[in-house]
Amino acid sequence: MSPDEFLPTLKTRFPEVEFQLDPLNPRALKMSASGVPEVFAWLRDAPEAAMEFLEFSTAVDHPPDRLELVYSLYSYTHRHRLVLKVDLPRHAPTIPTLAHLWQNADWNEREIYDLFGVFFSGHPDLRRLMMPEDWEGHPLRKDYSHPNLTPRPD
Amino acid sequence: MGLMDRIPAYVDRLPGGSVVMAPVDWAINEVQASSMWYMLFGLACCAIELMATGAARYDFDRLGMIFRATPRQSDLMIVAGTLTLKMAPRVKLLHEQMAEPRYVIAMGGCTTYGGPFYHDGYSVLKGVDKIIPVDVFIAGCPPRPEALLNGCLAMQEKIRRNKLGQPRGPAIHIPPTAGRFSIPSGSPPSERDPQIPG
Repeated sequence: MSPDEFLPTLKTRFPEVEFQLDPLNPRALKMSASGVPEVFAWLRDAPEAAMEFLEFSTAVDHPPDRLELVYSLYSYTHRHRLVLKVDLPRHAPTIPTLAHLWQNADWNEREIYDLFGVFFSGHPDLRRLMMPEDWEGHPLRKDYSHPNLTPRPD
Repeated sequence: MGLMDRIPAYVDRLPGGSVVMAPVDWAINEVQASSMWYMLFGLACCAIELMATGAARYDFDRLGMIFRATPRQSDLMIVAGTLTLKMAPRVKLLHEQMAEPRYVIAMGGCTTYGGPFYHDGYSVLKGVDKIIPVDVFIAGCPPRPEALLNGCLAMQEKIRRNKLGQPRGPAIHIPPTAGRFSIPSGSPPSERDPQIPG
């Protein structure tokens, strides 16, 4: 199934969640944060979706007020792929975890927490993954600065 | 007598054997320079060149260099690769665990000054000499095995200039281009330096 084939199925099954095709990427769907994690649980377990594999999850910073999470799902059974994007408020991004659905989401979300400062509620072990434990700030935010950081001269 | 020709020593033949009289500096330095056992670790792409230099084609063994998997048995630390701020305390600890006399080669641009991460890099230590003393800096990104061998020869040369009870000479910088390293001014003379008569 392609994203535009998923769209009506998801809309009828989750009427309270907003879905739309991503205008920037024909292979992606945008959805509201209220659908996490129920939509993902359905996508993993429903026979017609059968997304056994969370390929990756990552984030994109869109200052000044938006932070976007990106999830890529893949089905070995049907050999189809679906990218889901969720917008979060940049000043207080919080979203339920997917670590109970796919085990690799555990470290993916720790990395997103470390580098973007997104809080995953219900995560079993939300610690920094890359940076030292006592690091301050989230380096992949676009307004990040650090005393060690020398700007590249123009 | 090939080896004996190179020893700045007085050989006296006695019944039952020979007596060699040599400066103790020379004996200690020659032993140290001929068996620089280096610690087995690498941090980034420089480690690939380090492995290539240790393998058969370039062959570290001919300099008496064997890798050791513990700092307790190592004489030389080759810091090969990007040193992140998270890794820096570990490398400092490993250096402190090595027994004296210990030597450090900073291999590549990252360990020398931060390399490609100098600008816009928040997570990389800008020079390993900020946390541990460095004897030889090797330029390159990464340095070829020839450059690393050049740096190890410079390290040997620096060890041969050690004087008992005196501080070590300044750090040697290996240029990125081919050619022999130059000993910086201020280094003590070596026993091998040409003696000027008179």
